[in-house]
Amino acid sequence: MFSKEVINELVTVVGKENVISELEDLVTYSFDATAAMPRVKPDVVVTPLNTEHVVKIVEVAKKYEIPIYPRGSGTNLSGGTIPLEKGIVVSMVHMNKILEVDLDNLCAWVEPGVIIQDLNNEAMKHGLIYPPDPGTVATATMGGSVSECSGGLRGLKYGVTKHYIMGMELVLANGDVIKWGGKTVKNVTGYDLTALFTGAEGTLGIITRLLVKLIPAPEARKSLLAVFDDLDKAGNAISSIVRNKIIPATLEIMDKVTINTVENFTKAGLPIHAEAVLLIEVDGYKESVAREAPLVEKICQECGAIDIKVAETDEERDLIWFARRNALPSLGQVKPSTVLEDATVPRSKIPEIIKAIRRIADKYQLFIATYGHAGDGNLHPTIVIDPTDKDEIERMEHAVAEIFEAALGLGGTISGEHGIGIGKIKYLPLEFGEAGVDTLRRIKEALDPNYMLNPGKVVDRGE
Amino acid sequence: MSVYTSLDSVKDELLKCLKCGNCQAVCPIYKEMRHEVAVARGKIVLVETLLNGEIEMTDRLADKLSLCTTCMACNQICPNGIRFDKVILAARAEGVRKKGLHPIKKIAFKALKLQRLFDLGMKTGSKFQGLAMKRVKGQDYGARMRIDLGIGKEKVFPNLASKPFRSQFPSEVKVPNPKMKVAFFSGCMINYFYPDMGKSVVDVLTENDIEIAIPADQACCGIPASVNGDVDSAKEQAKRNLRAFEESGADALLIACSSCGSAWKHSFSELMEGDAYYKELADKWAAKTYDINEFLVNVVPFKRDGLGEVKRTVTYHDPCHLNRGQNINKEPREILKAIPGVQFIEMKEPGRCCGMAGSFSLVHPELSGKISDKKIADIATTSTNTVATACPACRLQLASGVINAGMNKDVLHTVQILAESYAKGKQ
Ligand SMILES: Cc1cc2nc3c(=O)[nH]c(=O)nc-3n(C[C@H](O)[C@H](O)[C@H](O)COP(=O)(O)OP(=O)(O)OC[C@H]3O[C@@H](n4cnc5c(N)ncnc54)[C@H](O)[C@@H]3O)c2cc1C
Ligand code: SF4
Ligand code: SF4
Repeated sequence: MFSKEVINELVTVVGKENVISELEDLVTYSFDATAAMPRVKPDVVVTPLNTEHVVKIVEVAKKYEIPIYPRGSGTNLSGGTIPLEKGIVVSMVHMNKILEVDLDNLCAWVEPGVIIQDLNNEAMKHGLIYPPDPGTVATATMGGSVSECSGGLRGLKYGVTKHYIMGMELVLANGDVIKWGGKTVKNVTGYDLTALFTGAEGTLGIITRLLVKLIPAPEARKSLLAVFDDLDKAGNAISSIVRNKIIPATLEIMDKVTINTVENFTKAGLPIHAEAVLLIEVDGYKESVAREAPLVEKICQECGAIDIKVAETDEERDLIWFARRNALPSLGQVKPSTVLEDATVPRSKIPEIIKAIRRIADKYQLFIATYGHAGDGNLHPTIVIDPTDKDEIERMEHAVAEIFEAALGLGGTISGEHGIGIGKIKYLPLEFGEAGVDTLRRIKEALDPNYMLNPGKVVDRGE
Repeated sequence: MSVYTSLDSVKDELLKCLKCGNCQAVCPIYKEMRHEVAVARGKIVLVETLLNGEIEMTDRLADKLSLCTTCMACNQICPNGIRFDKVILAARAEGVRKKGLHPIKKIAFKALKLQRLFDLGMKTGSKFQGLAMKRVKGQDYGARMRIDLGIGKEKVFPNLASKPFRSQFPSEVKVPNPKMKVAFFSGCMINYFYPDMGKSVVDVLTENDIEIAIPADQACCGIPASVNGDVDSAKEQAKRNLRAFEESGADALLIACSSCGSAWKHSFSELMEGDAYYKELADKWAAKTYDINEFLVNVVPFKRDGLGEVKRTVTYHDPCHLNRGQNINKEPREILKAIPGVQFIEMKEPGRCCGMAGSFSLVHPELSGKISDKKIADIATTSTNTVATACPACRLQLASGVINAGMNKDVLHTVQILAESYAKGKQ
């Protein structure tokens, strides 16, 4: 099916320097950041420089009926960029210009290959920020993070990617270019396409431009760490803070397994007898930070924290976040492969889901550490495995399925921020039901009847 | 089993890679190319695929493996602490084992051509410069390649020394009341291009009452060979060096080049694995090897009285193999800040690779140039009149970049500025 002819045609439309077809290069596009996934080499990789290139690539793909896989930095955790059915990987990282920062309307036009941190660096020059900050801010692209609707550490107060998208330009599977949205705060014209395409995981169209909202950078911030000897007490503190009308920018939790693992590898002096620690940061105007930080401290005390550390200097703040930053690295030292899940529950259910995860870990004799964005109810139960141990992989798969069931049972979701991709496709009916999945499928087929865009992700072809 | 003898030696490193992509954030080559093959995880997958037999060691694969400046930035950011420097060395050595020197013939060939040219230059003196290189207008610094050897015509090479460093000095430099005796390993670049750096080392050490042996028999440190997988040549060079310095009877070995320092501290021991006699020598000398900045700050603290005023605004570029390779970054700054009159201004990302990386800049002149441009732009924003560094290779790259950007700045080794200060103190 894949011929020299196709490559030649691609070379004609985007130029030789933007077509990659040597075997040794293709191998390096057979994977993304997702553990335990099949590796599939694409037939070719193209790196468009503009919307016109993207349109032409789509036309070639249409003509020869070849699948297309949009790709940003390939850091997603759901197998979203793996070229499952071979074909063309469209790497968007060369479309990386920040086109405009509009200080009057507080927004910016960017190309999809812009790295999130680069946009932030530009915005910071004007005292602004683009708040969505996944752990991969320094590597992930705007197009990729919008397509996953990425969250991050600041989700509780600032929301997630979808709250910052004001408009898009996009190439559809039929080659049409559509554009919507604009610099107005209000816009209710037509269906809400922004909601549809944010988080579409490259299955409905290829984003070629984005209009995003920027906000003033907070003036001050303060971090504190609270230690609990009981999970329920920590859970109560999480809810109490919010119940008292304080919305911290960040409210993170690390469970006992995580704390012990980090301590084992960093010797940072973490409280190894604790059942949980909360890492909290409030930000905003100096005055509001000065008011909120002591309140948070008081609430933690009232909820039974056995120790509380408040960072008075930048160094102390770094020390508090050091442990959180080292969670994944430390877990990586236990065993080489880390399966990072993102089951999410209402924040009031945090203690229950952590306990459920512990039961599941015991049942399947797995090493599972749980930490994550407690304020959002978004946890990252992380299973460390040896990728060469088949039995362990099988137990891991059972455990993942049970974690999802537990999250759904508590009124949560199977994915808070990493997306469905290939990894969670089989669990979709659990949350949506057959009719729900069918609705998703009909949306997909309305826009991409031949499953040309990122096939095998989010929804499959069905029976 | 070392990285030089078997690709299997890095299997555990490979297994540790999460494919998280964090290495993209720091890789100087990825920043320019934005292709997965350019970054550590891409090359890790290539090596994995090579090990499981899905691809073979071909010229093309060797080409892809040449896309690395061995700057170690990925080592540092990697959440799992992967030693990518080992992976790339092992992969390149495997290339040479499987295909003979063939896969890297491009590199070897170009380096050789250049070497011959320099040897010729050494013999014919100034005539050579006019023959092969075009002097840079208005500068007595150096010349650009007149003929295109495929190594780029943009790079400005310094004028070849009219007399190499080691011919300028006796093999023993005595002082009246020696505190200790050290041996100095000059390395090729100081010897051929930058005798001025070598002279400053001698001046500073004698000023501090230290006797110096400069063994005449020293060879190249072997890094250019070993990073390109030519393990046999690297071993020969290591042995010759170990013999030469063993004879010197010195208490310590001093080095003013970041790559040579890494060779003595780390590579020789690994290269000599399996050879009990030389391995012992290598371990012994590794423990006695110091970078000149490290030595002057931590071992024999340099004399602070007698320092004269040096009117310079200085910024400092961290050589990769000194900073990440040997964890030396505070010491050069301490020296600079101790010099009266020096105003020190930190540049943005002083630890980002300058793009020289020895033969890398010969094989990939365009990429090397682009990486350098970023560095030069960061240097420009400091508005300093002097760029200090601690490696002759970085000095060459930075000096060339500064000249090509039309800037008027001195590019010097820290020890040169220290020597200047002692000299001023005497006036
Ligand atoms: C260590 C680590 C930490 C992480 N932390 C977080 C976190 O805190 N929060 C979080 O939400 N995620 C997190 N992630 C997941 C990941 O970083 C995000 O999903 C990221 O936003 C993906 O960006 P990318 O550029 O790498 O996209 P890719 O992985 O390249 O692509 C992601 C999806 O977007 C599609 N796509 C890419 N570009 C386009 C385009 N221009 N048009 C249409 N579709 C496109 C792809 O087809 C794919 O389906 C983490 C990942 C890692 C490895
Ligand atoms: S940072 Fe380390 S673990 Fe992550 S992809 Fe790069 S080499 Fe692999
Ligand atoms: S050593 Fe430097 S150049 Fe090589 S892969 Fe790592 S970051 Fe890139």
